[in-house]
Amino acid sequence: MAGSRRVPEGPTPDPAVQRLRIRYAKRGRMRFTSTRDFQRALERAVRRAGLPMAYSAGFHPHPKISYANAAPTGAASEAEYVEVSLTTVVDPAQVGPRLDASLPDGLDVLEVADAADLPGALADHLQGSVWALRFRGGPAGADELGGMASAVTSLLASEQLLVSRLMKNGPRELDVRAAILRLTLADGEVPRVPADEGDLVLVAELLHTAPTVRPEEVWTALRQVSGRDLPRPVSTRLRQGPVVGGTVALTLAGRTV
Amino acid sequence: MPAIPSLAPHRPGESLLPALEPLLEQVAKPVQYIGGELNSQVKDWDCGGAHTARWALMYPDAYEVGLPNQGVMILYEVLNEQADVLAERTYSVWPDLERLMRDGGVPQFTVDGHRAVGDFDVLGVSFSTELGYTNLLTALDLAGIPLHARDRGEDHPVVLAGGHASFNPEPVADFLDAAIVGDGEEAVLHTSRVINAWKAAGRPDGREGLLLELARSGGVYVPAFYDVSYLPDGRIQRVAPNRPGVPWRVAKHTVMDLDAWPYPKQPLVPVTESVHERMSVEIFRGCTRGCRFCQAGMITRPVRERSLTGIGEMVDRGLAATGLDEVGLLSLSSADHSEIAEVTKGLADRYEGTQTGLSLPSTRVDAFNIELANELTRNGRRSGLTFAPEGGSERLRKVINKMVTEEDLIRTVTAAYAAGWRQVKLYFMCGLPTETDEDVLAIADLAKKVIDAGREVSGRRDIRCTVSIGGFVPKPHTPFQWAAQLGWEETDARLARLRAAVRSDRRYGSAIGFRYHDGQPGVVEGLLSRGDRRLGPVIEQVWRAGARFDGWSEHFSFERWMAAAESALADQPVDVGWYTTRERGEHEVLPWDHIDSGLDKEWLWEDWLDALDEREVEDCRWTPCFDCGVCPQLGTEIQIGPTGKQLLPLSVVR
Repeated sequence: MAGSRRVPEGPTPDPAVQRLRIRYAKRGRMRFTSTRDFQRALERAVRRAGLPMAYSAGFHPHPKISYANAAPTGAASEAEYVEVSLTTVVDPAQVGPRLDASLPDGLDVLEVADAADLPGALADHLQGSVWALRFRGGPAGADELGGMASAVTSLLASEQLLVSRLMKNGPRELDVRAAILRLTLADGEVPRVPADEGDLVLVAELLHTAPTVRPEEVWTALRQVSGRDLPRPVSTRLRQGPVVGGTVALTLAGRTV
Repeated sequence: MPAIPSLAPHRPGESLLPALEPLLEQVAKPVQYIGGELNSQVKDWDCGGAHTARWALMYPDAYEVGLPNQGVMILYEVLNEQADVLAERTYSVWPDLERLMRDGGVPQFTVDGHRAVGDFDVLGVSFSTELGYTNLLTALDLAGIPLHARDRGEDHPVVLAGGHASFNPEPVADFLDAAIVGDGEEAVLHTSRVINAWKAAGRPDGREGLLLELARSGGVYVPAFYDVSYLPDGRIQRVAPNRPGVPWRVAKHTVMDLDAWPYPKQPLVPVTESVHERMSVEIFRGCTRGCRFCQAGMITRPVRERSLTGIGEMVDRGLAATGLDEVGLLSLSSADHSEIAEVTKGLADRYEGTQTGLSLPSTRVDAFNIELANELTRNGRRSGLTFAPEGGSERLRKVINKMVTEEDLIRTVTAAYAAGWRQVKLYFMCGLPTETDEDVLAIADLAKKVIDAGREVSGRRDIRCTVSIGGFVPKPHTPFQWAAQLGWEETDARLARLRAAVRSDRRYGSAIGFRYHDGQPGVVEGLLSRGDRRLGPVIEQVWRAGARFDGWSEHFSFERWMAAAESALADQPVDVGWYTTRERGEHEVLPWDHIDSGLDKEWLWEDWLDALDEREVEDCRWTPCFDCGVCPQLGTEIQIGPTGKQLLPLSVVR
């Protein structure tokens, strides 16, 4: 042993034979989890659910899981996607309930499919998102929210609307207007978006530009064009998928409304 | 500091989450305040009807530190298993959220049900260290609970301390209604029964009635039921009960037969990162190695082992309940379990090929431990091993009763390097009784010998030895409770000399790493460890001046503490030096003498004299009893194997 480099003993890990694509939701208080938090929760859940995970080789084997375009911390979502690789073929329909039971309430598995049904990488299919932005009315918000309709009109009328985001290497300008496919005030209740009397909900369809414009930046843009101190909204991603004919498709396979 | 928040009106037990959510959107790491962890629970507020006993359990530090705490996790589960008891958890909030809570009138909340802490019957606070005291005051203030126990009414929670620091609760006596000393499992159940009965009987004699019943029947220490008088020179004259039926001394609680208490059964799994990412199983409680600086070893006697079968079941059940991939076999000195070889081999066999890691967090310096460590890392990476010789010179190790020779240490690290380990971490203390510069400089020689031995046996240059040094703080209920603490200037000077000695020889260059903390925080820890009730005003004043999270170097301010001590003790014949760097005499009444850890004070004094004579004491597990007093005083006994029990054969999914 002396003087030699140690390599892991035993056989190399079993190869992956199946990839599952999972759609999950971040609901309620779990919207405060970060992508990293979810990764850790999922890694534990797959162990707890006894799924035949595929692992990478080496002294620190890690499960083969790929994430794509996760919602920011603080945003809720009904449409997050992740792919996991397995060493044995399983029935996707069986996996959902098992995995869901192993995750904390509020991190909910909604759909499990065999990833072989779609060609190419998952990220390539995630071209746009539909977001709901809930603005709390409350005692202070009501006045400010009165100007929302005109703020939306002004934003849509702009050719370009730059907001600044602090990146690792300094501030960077993003064109929010260029990412907006559609921006409307919701009339009536939006499913999966809890709202109180007096709240106002905007629905924004956003193209995934690079870097991706976040709902928070739509809020900033609205404040900039209106000059109003609009309250911070709670955002929920309702849908994510390919952009077909200027709108975010209903399914990853590209089916539209 | 902003005033006490005006609490938003709410029904008792109602969730405060709607009011809290907008605040969480504005703070760092909001996930630490949301709860909802795997295996957490929220019980109905009236689950036990009108006489439900409701506990808010607090670990007075950040969530990431508090969540993995085994004590809180155990009591949370033990309490929640009872039909007419509920328990939730609360942690310290960081200053960013504290500010928003004050502005928004949102009180201290539990992370489980986001219920107001002030709505509970008991606020149970687990103090692992004295540096959490200011965080207690923040929580009380945010909860709308009067800081001083004497100002509380019937509707305020009973503020009850536990944990190792509660073996001397006197510095926080003003702020506590009660303290439970020792193992909590049975004591919290008894306390719950008393609360159930007191409520069912219509709360006879109000708050005082409840506290009296706990003090008389439950082994619960109620500071207000004891009067302390002082001598003109500042020493304590007498501590005496001031109510009939209240005992002169309050004994610690000891749980016997650990197999009957297999908690936590459903360990909490945080959604976010915490300081320990492993599933811990306590393989035994107590330690009789007799290291004289070690309060944990002294106050948790006798040794009580969990059996091989019991350990195996807890590991199996815990892994299934959590999905964690590492198991820590916890105790004060895990390799001392009488069947540790069977435990490690059995578990390593059972989980081989399942990506499950095993670890022994506390290990002794001997070759046997290398075999264990090799077993635990069969297929894994061998990065670093930690050993704690504690004292740099052989003489000093005799003083502290750490029976390790230099030969032992070199033999052990040689075996480690030979088995493929690349890094060895050595832990020492600075400021031990009788210590001189020479004792500390011996650490440098030892580290160099370790590197020499490692280079020789491995034939490589890339091996490392990290020397990590902590300042010694004398603790109550140890033979060093009488010792003078080394001042911070002397500590810093000694460490500077050691650093120069380590760096003096270029042949070792970066092979020896050197980690240490400066001496100032140790002074505050020492002040609070061996303090008395006169420190209440100091703690309150430093908190009012902004002290929070004193265990975090970026928040700790030595100057703020010293300024508070100077002004709050101005009219007293005592000061910080009196509490810290003063050696005590044999007959001085110590502030914690009325807290009975089972240790015989005369035995502790003899052991202190033996320390000064550099005389060692054996471990009573393998030699005859040396009369520390714990077993006869508390009616307990050593419970160790081999038991002849087996690890149950289990097939594990691979």
